Amino acid sequence: MSASLDRGVQVLKEMIDTPIAIYFDSCVHCGLCAEACLFYTETGDPKYTPIHKLEPLRRIYEQEYTLLGRLAKMVGLSKPVTDNELEEWKELVYNSCTLCARCSLVCPVGNDIVYMVRKLREGMAVSGHAPEGLIGAVTRTIEIGSPMGVRLPAVQAQMKHVQEEIGIEIPMDMVGAEYMVMLSSMEIMNFPEYLGAIAKIMKQAGKTWTLCSTAFEATNAGIQIGVSDLAKVIVNRIVEGAERLKVKTVISPECGHAYTALRWDGANLIGRPFTFKVLHILEVLEDFRTQGLLKTEGFETTKMTFHDPCQLVRRGGVFDPPRNLMNMVVKDFVEMDDAGKYNWCCGGGGGVSANEEAEELRLEAFKIKKRQVEKTGAKTIVTACANCRIVMEEGLEHYQMDVPIVGLTEMIAEHLVDKS
Amino acid sequence: MSEIEFLNWVRGDGLNLAISVFLLGVIWRLIEIFSLGRKPDLSASRQAAGASGLHTVFRRSLPPPGMVKRSPVSYIGGYIFHIGLAVVVFLFAPHIKLIESLVGLSWPALPSQIIDLVAVITLVAMVVVLVDRFTKPVKRYLSTFEDYFTWTVTFLPVLTGYLAVKHLLLPYTTMLALHILTVEILLVVLPFTKLFHAFTVFGSRWFNGHVNAHKGVPV
Repeated sequence: MSASLDRGVQVLKEMIDTPIAIYFDSCVHCGLCAEACLFYTETGDPKYTPIHKLEPLRRIYEQEYTLLGRLAKMVGLSKPVTDNELEEWKELVYNSCTLCARCSLVCPVGNDIVYMVRKLREGMAVSGHAPEGLIGAVTRTIEIGSPMGVRLPAVQAQMKHVQEEIGIEIPMDMVGAEYMVMLSSMEIMNFPEYLGAIAKIMKQAGKTWTLCSTAFEATNAGIQIGVSDLAKVIVNRIVEGAERLKVKTVISPECGHAYTALRWDGANLIGRPFTFKVLHILEVLEDFRTQGLLKTEGFETTKMTFHDPCQLVRRGGVFDPPRNLMNMVVKDFVEMDDAGKYNWCCGGGGGVSANEEAEELRLEAFKIKKRQVEKTGAKTIVTACANCRIVMEEGLEHYQMDVPIVGLTEMIAEHLVDKS
Repeated sequence: MSEIEFLNWVRGDGLNLAISVFLLGVIWRLIEIFSLGRKPDLSASRQAAGASGLHTVFRRSLPPPGMVKRSPVSYIGGYIFHIGLAVVVFLFAPHIKLIESLVGLSWPALPSQIIDLVAVITLVAMVVVLVDRFTKPVKRYLSTFEDYFTWTVTFLPVLTGYLAVKHLLLPYTTMLALHILTVEILLVVLPFTKLFHAFTVFGSRWFNGHVNAHKGVPV
């Protein structure tokens, strides 16, 4: 056994808790999780059955923690987990799983399969079986500060650009502001409209807000690759920034897994509850809407649909705010089949979009989203995750569909009542 | 060993042995699982209607939207044989008498003609789900020796029970002894195979429901 495999197996042993044990004991091999997984439904290949992706973890549970498994191991009847096997499983654990958790929602015995995939990634990464693309993203986040290699000067350049364009000052490092706004690299590089939208919305609501020079990047590739130690370093930057600036609330940007990383995993990574609140930007907009601080005028006239980002909705519990906000500014809002918690993933979450080896499979899996969108007849897709957005843009382009995608926050900002 | 001796053994020492292994096995397996523990969740929770461990324990008994169409045999066959097993095990008069003699509890039985019919339907449903396991690519891919073995040890008690009641194939005494023996095998095997889901299903549903309820998601 190589040293790295040894460490990987050790990490997996430590990952196994009561829920994982009970999930493995409950599985009856009914295969229904496959029917919920876009990588199976769109390829028909049974190896993409979600529970099968966990086979190495299951065997470690059996061999280390069950009576019969331990007996079998003692007399040499069990099959040990090997480097070759983990290398083979890389495709199943990283390329063909977006951590979308649709499988966890349909399993008849109630197994939270994605909870286990996330844990298996910890052992995969430690034993050296994570994909290159994700290793690069996490290394850049640790060393440079962002998975796309964005540094502070790039953020400052965007701030300046947005300030000139909309004539509103973008605050940086303002101590005591109510909100600290986080960004994703994707927004800094590809969708700078987001920052302008925030400035306009905050101005209308009369709220104080700030960016943070030591913590502007919200995405957390450490979560995606499955290395809690690195995920903790990334979360800690945000915690330190928020506590230094003494903000009440940190706003997670339009990025699904950044929300999961900060809202649900963050406190557990650093080992203590946060001293500030974490809200997704849509939750903040919903608060403003209900308090009468968000005033819009006019309606979009084209038919529009909303794509639910998995980490925001199925794994995040933000169901109603996107619907309420859509209805504020869209006349012809049509839901996709399975909208809400049963929605289908864009195919690029959970680090899949940062993983070049997964590209071909991801485009294949996108066929489900393509069918969903076509069925609605919508002319524009609205979403609230920059990663979903870029993944869907690539998918639509691949299938030569001319359907633009917009971020919900920007669209709301375009309809703000102009007081000036 | 004569037929009578065989029957006496399965009714006496055999039954005691099987029940002992079953009970100790269940307790041992539950200790294995629950002694692992889990870490508390330090993130701030969100409340939502219908989101809790208990909700999910019940909700997962119903198929999610669109799923019956994707895998009709799993759902329809699954419902029929699970309910069928429960009916023949717990609502057949001789079984209730046995339970009464062991633990002192009793309840009304269903007429034996209805039990006969339910037994046949259960056997047919089990054969159908087995064929589905052979023919559906995902199920065939996932299946191991254990899947076929556990199917067999579940099927045989129903089959031998039906044959004994109907006085078919073998003399009644022999068939009854075989029926009790196959039940004992089922009891011994249950805690150590996937059949243990009869116990863990409540826990797995509860944990999934509980963990996601923390995020305000009714699963």
